Amino acid sequence: MSFIKEFGCWLPERVVTSEEAGAWVGSDAAWVRTVSGIEERRFAKDDESVSDMAAWAGLDCLHRAGMPPSALGMVIVASSSFDRCFPGPAAEAALKLGIPGRPALDITMASAGSLFALSLARRLTNPLGPILVIGAEKMSSVVTREPREKGVAILFGDGAGAALVTPDAGSLELLDSELASDGTYAADLFLDPYKPLFMNGRSVIMQASRKVPAVIRTVLQRHDIAPAEVASFLMHQANQNLIVKIAAALKVPVERFYSNIARYGNTSSASMLIAAAEWSRETPQLSKGTPVVFSAFGAGFHWGAVLARAV
Amino acid sequence: MDRRSKLIEILSRVAQKDVNPSDDESLFDSGTLDSFALPDLVTALEQEFGISIPDSDMNPRKFETVARIGEYLDARQ
Repeated sequence: MSFIKEFGCWLPERVVTSEEAGAWVGSDAAWVRTVSGIEERRFAKDDESVSDMAAWAGLDCLHRAGMPPSALGMVIVASSSFDRCFPGPAAEAALKLGIPGRPALDITMASAGSLFALSLARRLTNPLGPILVIGAEKMSSVVTREPREKGVAILFGDGAGAALVTPDAGSLELLDSELASDGTYAADLFLDPYKPLFMNGRSVIMQASRKVPAVIRTVLQRHDIAPAEVASFLMHQANQNLIVKIAAALKVPVERFYSNIARYGNTSSASMLIAAAEWSRETPQLSKGTPVVFSAFGAGFHWGAVLARAV
Repeated sequence: MDRRSKLIEILSRVAQKDVNPSDDESLFDSGTLDSFALPDLVTALEQEFGISIPDSDMNPRKFETVARIGEYLDARQ
């Protein structure tokens, strides 16, 4: 068995409004809100690195769980905005957590990274012990590259989220997962070193609006659970309009889809765990057995869903 | 109702306004449809024409103009 014992997150102080971001691309806050649902996002300082943010979110998670870093069997860091090709931020994040020598794994999948990491941790926690899953991104270093593309530059923000996966106890039991990847679409959303991020938004939306509801249905059907029975959907915060589409496809009230994209924008691999951290603090204890679904879609394309239930 | 008229009716319903694009006019560049209306268009085409459009055909260019939608439907029916 495997459980999520706690969530954590860290957000930079600097708020970048959609008025400011809209001006980068010759538009305004109203347009940004309409196309994305984003009111503001956070940008880290120059001296706040991805591994710093990862460690701070991890420490927040461990502090809330009352678990020292020394108890961890592994750290997994999902990030695609690290400032070098290799090594990724996982080893440095583990060092900053005070546990050099512990295995630390990088997952460079962008938006679906923390979902895949969560699924991996579910399977590895029994032999390895508690695993700290972190998603950390400094997307400001990407979106400020020139030329700023109108449909991309306004979307992203910085931040980090974390989840502590354990083999023995937690508030959510991780039951199952369904993951998928299709390189057919690798050229529709990608980031070259030092160049602006490229996104074929229409392709992303067309595929995500089909694949995400389908993968959620697949994992729910294996447990004879209807989408309407799920208490909360904790999604990668890509775009509020996409979240609305997915809710409609599943015939579930959009209020069941926790959303904080208005405040943080799209923080890529960090967004699902930041949302989960805030959701867990705002949500009263769920009754035992209540289903909760995690889901994400992103570059690759990679997508999937993880099913959990309240303990 | 001929197929073109049916397509225009579908596009108007999906766009939530009366539209009448020419056959080769880009539905995106003209503002007839935004990115988030595309999945609704595909769903409407499936329902109205009794076809199932696989994910592998979910390429925006296949649905960019009335003419291309017509070509796609020809290939599927």
